[in-house]
Amino acid sequence: MLQYIIKRLLSTIPVLLGISLLLFFMLRMLPGDPAQVLAGQMASPEDVNMIRHQLGLDRPIIIQYGLFLSRLARFDLGRSARTQNPVIKEIWARLPNTVLLAVAAITLACLFGIPAGIFSAVRPYTWIDYLFTSMALFGISMPVFWLGLMLVVIFSVILHWLPAGGTGSWKHIVLPSFTLAAFVVAFITRMTRASMIEALSQDYTTTARSKGLREEVVIVKHALRNALIPIVTVVGLQFGLLLGGAVLTETVFAWPGLGRLIVDSILARDYPVIQGTILIFGLVYILVNLGVDVMYAFIDPRIRYD
Amino acid sequence: MELPQKQHSLAWRKFKRNRTGLFGSVLILIYLMTALLAPVIFPRNPSSLNLMKSLERPSIENPLGTDELGRSILGRIIYGSRVSLLIAIGVVAVGLLVGVPLGLISGYYGGKVDFGIQRVTDTMLAFPGFLLALALVAVLGVGLKNTIISVGISMVPIYIRLVRGCTLLVREQTYVEAARAVGTRDAMILLRHILPNVLVPIVIQTSLGMGTAILFAAGLGFLGIGVQPPTPEWGAMLGSGRAYLFNAPHVATFPGIAIFFAVLGFNLSGDGLRDVLDPRFKI
Repeated sequence: MLQYIIKRLLSTIPVLLGISLLLFFMLRMLPGDPAQVLAGQMASPEDVNMIRHQLGLDRPIIIQYGLFLSRLARFDLGRSARTQNPVIKEIWARLPNTVLLAVAAITLACLFGIPAGIFSAVRPYTWIDYLFTSMALFGISMPVFWLGLMLVVIFSVILHWLPAGGTGSWKHIVLPSFTLAAFVVAFITRMTRASMIEALSQDYTTTARSKGLREEVVIVKHALRNALIPIVTVVGLQFGLLLGGAVLTETVFAWPGLGRLIVDSILARDYPVIQGTILIFGLVYILVNLGVDVMYAFIDPRIRYD
Repeated sequence: MELPQKQHSLAWRKFKRNRTGLFGSVLILIYLMTALLAPVIFPRNPSSLNLMKSLERPSIENPLGTDELGRSILGRIIYGSRVSLLIAIGVVAVGLLVGVPLGLISGYYGGKVDFGIQRVTDTMLAFPGFLLALALVAVLGVGLKNTIISVGISMVPIYIRLVRGCTLLVREQTYVEAARAVGTRDAMILLRHILPNVLVPIVIQTSLGMGTAILFAAGLGFLGIGVQPPTPEWGAMLGSGRAYLFNAPHVATFPGIAIFFAVLGFNLSGDGLRDVLDPRFKI
């Protein structure tokens, strides 16, 4: 197992290199002088020159990339052009908020999506199936930020039950996590339904039934166990979608996370922070998918990574 | 798969029976007509300001109310359909023009070319689509053209993967082998023998992709880094409506409904097409 994890970690290196190349050329694609861009519009010519020298921008491009990589490996992402704080510090301060939001949302989405998918699969083409599948379709087609705004109108403006934004208490996370969950629950419901329908038609399900097992046992212990792999895969993939959705949800609810940070940085043209945030988003996504791969072995003992 | 004439009419008959797919197509048609006939349906200028009438609730004169600058929300939604459809078409055009040839080449030639293209695709897929679009906007800047390019490029890896996968299957077919045996040029084989046979998944993906394009572009508009005012764009309308949720919630309500039904239309049609043309992928 450990060997597999190491092998899988090594296989992410080309992707990481790809991401680093993308980030490296991101600044070079911009019109104008990268040093000026990094220093910000208000910087003095001395500051710009200093940054140019610090970053080695006066050296050949291949050496520049080498320097960039070595700084990246040390998580030295430079300083924010807006606040002058180290980028990694800015990211560190907000990462827990985004992780909290994402975990709350994915938990909610699984708690609703997996049972909904199972119900649909057990009673296909009945009213309950149509209800859940149309809800899933609505979820996929609905702009997440609009849903968030409408929840604010209902629960904050009209009912005064929950705060419209910000952080502080458990009440603050209710609306953002529901909004974000609605974004991914649809995919989880659809995938659960599809893989459960498949599992329920297999011979082992028939065998389990003919042994006289109770229907609940057949569904949960026999069918669901076997249907879990595609479901877990989709949950992992949806985590990426969730990170994208977090950018919008955090804006709706003024939630101080990474999504808000990247939008503010884009608006302020604060490129070091944009670079850093994109890198962290990529890393988180890769790690989550790695985690999903490792989980396969726990879910399905037939999978062995030798 | 390319359908002969008889199968065409069969597919059409099946699609007609697929009620949700048909409903989706009707939705798209309504949006298309709205976009084309915008000046007829709403003869006033959707961007003309009237601060005396700002944030008015729905009335006979302004059926969906007015926004903070006194502009008719109905008018801006009607003209916004032009912008959103333009974005949807532009985005899938970028995705198709870049993704399909690369996918064909990657799948057909294999080897080093395939390896190279796939590593680039891996890197792009390491970012969730919306974040990739966001990163590209950060480099290219805001505005209609850059929104189309950014969202379009973020869809390229999806087309590459899809087309490559199908090409790998089709490449092994006897008719491709036969074409190669009689000395047909590679470009000809790709265009005449492989492309027509991978068209169905491309068409399905294009319908679904248009829905996603509208959602992504509206998301960028909402964040203030997409299409810029005064161009009427649904996402940006929601973004500015956010400030008035407490005293004028209608400003943020109606543009969202417009986005929802547009995306629903493309998703339903995409699903319907998939059911009719390619039962293997039915979920």
